[in-house]
Amino acid sequence: MVETGTTEAGRQATAALATPEGAPAIELKGISKAFGTVQANKDISIRVMPGTIHGIIGENGAGKSTLMSILYGFYKADAGEIWIKGRHTPIPDSEAAIKAGIGMVFQHFKLVQNFTVLENIILGVEDGALLRPSLAKARKELKRLAEEYELNVDPDETIEELSVGHQQRVEILKALYRQADILILDEPTGVLTPAEADHLFRILDNLRREGKTIILITHKLREIMEITDTVSVMRRGEMTATVKTAETSPEQLAELMVGRKVLLNVTKTKAEPGRTVLEVENLSVKDEDGVERLKGIDLTIRAGEILGIAGVAGNGQSELLEVLGGFATGTGTIRINGEEIDLTGKHSDGQSRRRRGIAHVPEDRHRLGLILDFTAWENMVFGYHADPAYQKNSFVMDNAGIVSHTAEAMERFDVRPPIPTLPAKSFSGGNQQKIVLAREIERNPDLLLVGQPTRGVDIGAIEFIHKRLVELRDQGAAILLVSVELDEIRSLSDRVAVMFDGRIMGHGPVESATQTGMGCLMAGLGGDDVRGMDGWTISDEAAPEETD
Amino acid sequence: MDFATIVEILDSAVRLGTPLLLACLAGLFSERAGIFDIGLEGKMLMAAFFSGAVAAVTGNAWLGLLAGVGGSMSLAFVHGLASITFRGNQLISGVAVNFLASGFTVLIAQSWFHQGGRTPQLSGNGRFEPITLPGAEAVKDVPVIGQIYANLLSGHSILVYVAFAMVPITWWVLFRTRFGLRLRAVGENPESVDTAGISVIRLRYTAVAITGVLAGLGGVYLATGLAAGFVKEMTAGRGYIALAALIFAKWRPVPALGATMLFGLLEAISNRYPNIDLGVITLPIQFMQAVPYILTVIILAGFIGKAIPPRAGGQPYVKER
Repeated sequence: MVETGTTEAGRQATAALATPEGAPAIELKGISKAFGTVQANKDISIRVMPGTIHGIIGENGAGKSTLMSILYGFYKADAGEIWIKGRHTPIPDSEAAIKAGIGMVFQHFKLVQNFTVLENIILGVEDGALLRPSLAKARKELKRLAEEYELNVDPDETIEELSVGHQQRVEILKALYRQADILILDEPTGVLTPAEADHLFRILDNLRREGKTIILITHKLREIMEITDTVSVMRRGEMTATVKTAETSPEQLAELMVGRKVLLNVTKTKAEPGRTVLEVENLSVKDEDGVERLKGIDLTIRAGEILGIAGVAGNGQSELLEVLGGFATGTGTIRINGEEIDLTGKHSDGQSRRRRGIAHVPEDRHRLGLILDFTAWENMVFGYHADPAYQKNSFVMDNAGIVSHTAEAMERFDVRPPIPTLPAKSFSGGNQQKIVLAREIERNPDLLLVGQPTRGVDIGAIEFIHKRLVELRDQGAAILLVSVELDEIRSLSDRVAVMFDGRIMGHGPVESATQTGMGCLMAGLGGDDVRGMDGWTISDEAAPEETD
Repeated sequence: MDFATIVEILDSAVRLGTPLLLACLAGLFSERAGIFDIGLEGKMLMAAFFSGAVAAVTGNAWLGLLAGVGGSMSLAFVHGLASITFRGNQLISGVAVNFLASGFTVLIAQSWFHQGGRTPQLSGNGRFEPITLPGAEAVKDVPVIGQIYANLLSGHSILVYVAFAMVPITWWVLFRTRFGLRLRAVGENPESVDTAGISVIRLRYTAVAITGVLAGLGGVYLATGLAAGFVKEMTAGRGYIALAALIFAKWRPVPALGATMLFGLLEAISNRYPNIDLGVITLPIQFMQAVPYILTVIILAGFIGKAIPPRAGGQPYVKER
């Protein structure tokens, strides 16, 4: 690759590229790493051949990210060796990793929000003390990369103006600009819309074709099956298996991940909806900048049914949950059990919503569901702390009672470890979510609002959470489920509504919802695929499908 | 009010605004790199004392300048050590720096000079004397332009011209050089700098050192330019007003010039007209002194655009995934 603009550093990196015939691009030998008493990685060995995509799959906390952080020089392994392109290459820091041709795309992007794309790209690899020549060179190089790999971004846009998908492209471009030929992606699709994810996979495919080596860390089985050549499974810090993707199945991988068979589909009986619990009419919400986020929503949920709200994140689902949960104001009507509730926030808040039988499992459990530094038992009573059952007398709370109550609830909800006195932050994502669920579900609410119930939750816990939600439904609760995971919506809901741009584009029974039809609605489109879904009501706002 | 008076007030505003400008640019470097610095006051005070003391002993203002900047930088280093290396709370470290400077200067001044915590009066080469720009004498009687040139632009000490020159230099360094790009990046998102293989710690220390130099120059100017020697607490809150100006200027160098000169002008007006009689009401001097803070509160409340501080400001950088 002889580019006119290649830098000195770049040339050195290119010189180091030459991989001996047959040698793996990356080879880890017996990597171990402990944090205190926790063994995050235990004797891990792995070989990745050049020009392939290697998936690493495992539950949360299985040690995937630790392993990659070692490879990128963030952590130092306690034992083991890293070999890159057939050579023993110690990686003490990120600089060494970059020099070895490794680029990393983190789950949380390392971009400077108010810098332009170009400025972010050249940060750290400027050609000289002055910026102008570096920026000009990067602009040229960016154009070439964009054409070669379908990586289009406007070089002069600031990062905060870009969509998440485009920000991720900037991260990939950063790595490529640094002449990386080994690319590590940590949970890359977690923040992407389905269309963006598809585009990402096309990019990865292009990169593979150009001979780049890619490591894809994920906990989504579908992605592994779709794009990888080989896959390693990690469980509790150990590598349990490495297999060729073509020779395995999602079921086998799932089993390897959790060590036992899991049900990927929820078994549930047909819903038997009763009286109407929630009625929403013409609900609108404006954000603090005066932008309308909900544009006249109508919906009803009856007792004993789950209404799933599907849609790409940011189309008003969060605002819907917030206004129903009582911490955003809006206009329109909300009736719960036939009784109208106040939306202006003057006579109503989260507390009064709870009194009316609305429980809420918020989308962002770290921000709204828990106080991470507080113990599990303290978290267990938030929002219900005024409950007489928790008071010893008019001044003092019955802490001992709450602790023992929490211990029982933790057993029932299989929270591990079941120790009420541990701070919430020391539980894994799935167990934190179970604490929130236990708090909200055990109140037997008439209406449960659930946002992203299994985000960042491992497969074992997902199964448990899904089961609990179905049980609550069978007890006669109405459930409003918001999720960006289409699979989750499809397997849990009885009825589905699809949101786009603050409106409900269509709603109908889950049985007749097709993948493509829902995909169209999520993009705000009508068309034949949508009209073909039996029993669905489609909004007039859904645009007729675009002609190609 | 005739034109000559206006020029006089503006001239006074420039002189009073200069230490604010230097301190403000000092704070700009530090805060743009993500280190909040309320210790500007202490650094200026330390510089004022050491420059006054050394200039008094040696009779050389330039040696005074070196000593003053050295004193300021030593405090900058303390702040750096506390907030960068030991990841302490930057506000507490800044307050400590201010207390340290406040007590230390008076104590040592008393011990060295026995003049009640002040340094001896400076004269001659011990001070930075006003520089008369070429031709100022010749044109001073030309109306308006001549008056402005001779009385407003000419006749300041070298440090005033340095301070003004620092504005475009700061802008250029921040927005046109590699160092500036990295400095701004480390104040916005140190992780992005770290993953790019650049040392967050070294960058931040560099920024803090520059802050030490500029705040030092501000203090030196107080003791050897504006006044003739160090007196107890002579910074009189200028470090805080400079911080207010920094917010007012939204952490940008050119607006920093405007903000500090505006605050200098307010001070100049209140010095000349302690009580402003508006007919209905008489504004006391305290009101004028409070105006910079009132303006800053208005800015912070978001009435005039949003003042968004560097995103990583105030947070120690802990390496994590």
